[in-house]
Amino acid sequence: MFVGRLLQGLATAAQLAEEAEALNARQGLLQGLDARVKLVSMLVLIVAGVQTHSSSALASLLVMAFVLALVSRLYTMPVLRRLWVGILLVAAVMALPALFLVPGGIAGRLPMIGWSITEPGLRSAAFLFGRAAASSTFSMSLLATTPWPHVLKAMRCLGVPAVLVAVLGMAQRYIFLLLQTAMELVEARRSRILGPLGAPGRRHMATSAAGALFERSFFLACEVHLAMVSRGYRGDVRLLDDFHMRRRDWLAACFVVVVALIASIGVGR
Amino acid sequence: MNEPVFELTDVSYAYQSVPALDGVNLSIRRGERIALLGANGSGKSTLLRLLDGLSFANGGSLRAFGEALDEASLSDERTHYSFRRRVGFVFQNPEVQLFNPTVFDELAFGPLQLGWSRAEILQRIEEIAERFSLGHLKNRSPHRLSGGEKKRVALASVMIVDPEVLLLDEPTAALDPESQSEMIRFLAASRNTGRTLIIATHDLDVLPDIADYAYVLDRGRVAGAGTPAEILANEALLRRTRLIHAHWHSHADGTAHIHAHGHGHVHRHEGSHGDPGSSVSSPPMTNGVG
Repeated sequence: MFVGRLLQGLATAAQLAEEAEALNARQGLLQGLDARVKLVSMLVLIVAGVQTHSSSALASLLVMAFVLALVSRLYTMPVLRRLWVGILLVAAVMALPALFLVPGGIAGRLPMIGWSITEPGLRSAAFLFGRAAASSTFSMSLLATTPWPHVLKAMRCLGVPAVLVAVLGMAQRYIFLLLQTAMELVEARRSRILGPLGAPGRRHMATSAAGALFERSFFLACEVHLAMVSRGYRGDVRLLDDFHMRRRDWLAACFVVVVALIASIGVGR
Repeated sequence: MNEPVFELTDVSYAYQSVPALDGVNLSIRRGERIALLGANGSGKSTLLRLLDGLSFANGGSLRAFGEALDEASLSDERTHYSFRRRVGFVFQNPEVQLFNPTVFDELAFGPLQLGWSRAEILQRIEEIAERFSLGHLKNRSPHRLSGGEKKRVALASVMIVDPEVLLLDEPTAALDPESQSEMIRFLAASRNTGRTLIIATHDLDVLPDIADYAYVLDRGRVAGAGTPAEILANEALLRRTRLIHAHWHSHADGTAHIHAHGHGHVHRHEGSHGDPGSSVSSPPMTNGVG
């Protein structure tokens, strides 16, 4: 059961990456924008969403995030949809205690249990959920519509240190090897298990698998890096596609700046 | 006489305290096809990594193209790019060498690092894709390819920069017979092209096809050297370096015996094998003493 779930999780991760690659190549609003503009815009919008205290500004940002995802055809990715729902559920669970714990005027009571839901608590929970939903939607929109090497190159263009970009690049490059190794490891384990494992057995298996995987992934990371160095890699991201700012990129950048400013000032607080 | 590409004098290397190479002396000249023979753990792969400037000798001196090959020289940007342009390395495990989203990106990676122009890269990708029959795989993810296709992409991604020296670590290992045959044909066709080939292998069957000269490594030392014919005729050397071993097998008439030979060989004797075809087929190489 545990092994099966783990295998399914690993397969889902691989499928997600594959779907994201396919989505990069599709036509859509975000797919057509310069990677640098997208990176900066999404960061600006996330910061605006996190620091705004205006409910209407946050609602507008949330609507904007969903519209962007919609016109970039993110809804066509079933795995991404599942991931999205997962993130929103986690955000909802995190926001739940605020409903009862923040002091203030009572807005209502939970039926049966009778716990009081306060007005400030409702507001705090709504803000927490809205911020998480907007931030996750913006970041997923960026990552699902931009090839990872382009994100890395955009980071370098924006002055992110080469070492950090190299580490991120390496992480992406060997994640598939890691996934494959993890799946093989789990399958090999499963083939040698005769019956269901008890809780201690599952814990033992999980910890020993994590240790073995760490050792293997460290070795693989070194090997992948050597293979890159052998072909001339020195830490810089070099791509066949050069970035060019076009009219629509400038328009998008200006629009995002205006939206972020309005959200920061606060609309109809 | 051709100028030396690599000159190794008393080279030693250790992984922490475990010695991998000890007092290796070699001289490899331009256009030579060299095989580095040895059992697992003999130091072949370590030697290839030293020749590719991925690791650096703990002792002795290693010169490439007449210049010292060490960490200091390769940290110079110009030397780095010049060396990477001239020396290509095909890793034993193609998985570690295929780290791009598509085969196209994989082929473009090396030339991009070396600063080639976009037009030059696109033209070269077309040429190399045709040469290695990769045209239909260009947009595929390398991780989804078969073992033979992965090896072909790994080789093509190195060959795209047309290196003067090609280092190959166990190029025929873990390949199906057809892919293995393709690889051997490629290596055999490299004779007289002026390209230097240095191939680490323990596959004695393919030795005469892929190399003109061989060094036998054993526990980090050069235990012997010679032409493939000389090496294959030296049974004592092959046994001492664990390249051939005592082998048990049975015959259709129920008899069984033990004798020494290299992997995958075919031999003739009075008893008939279970598979009659194997005893009458023409052996690519025979060094059995059955």
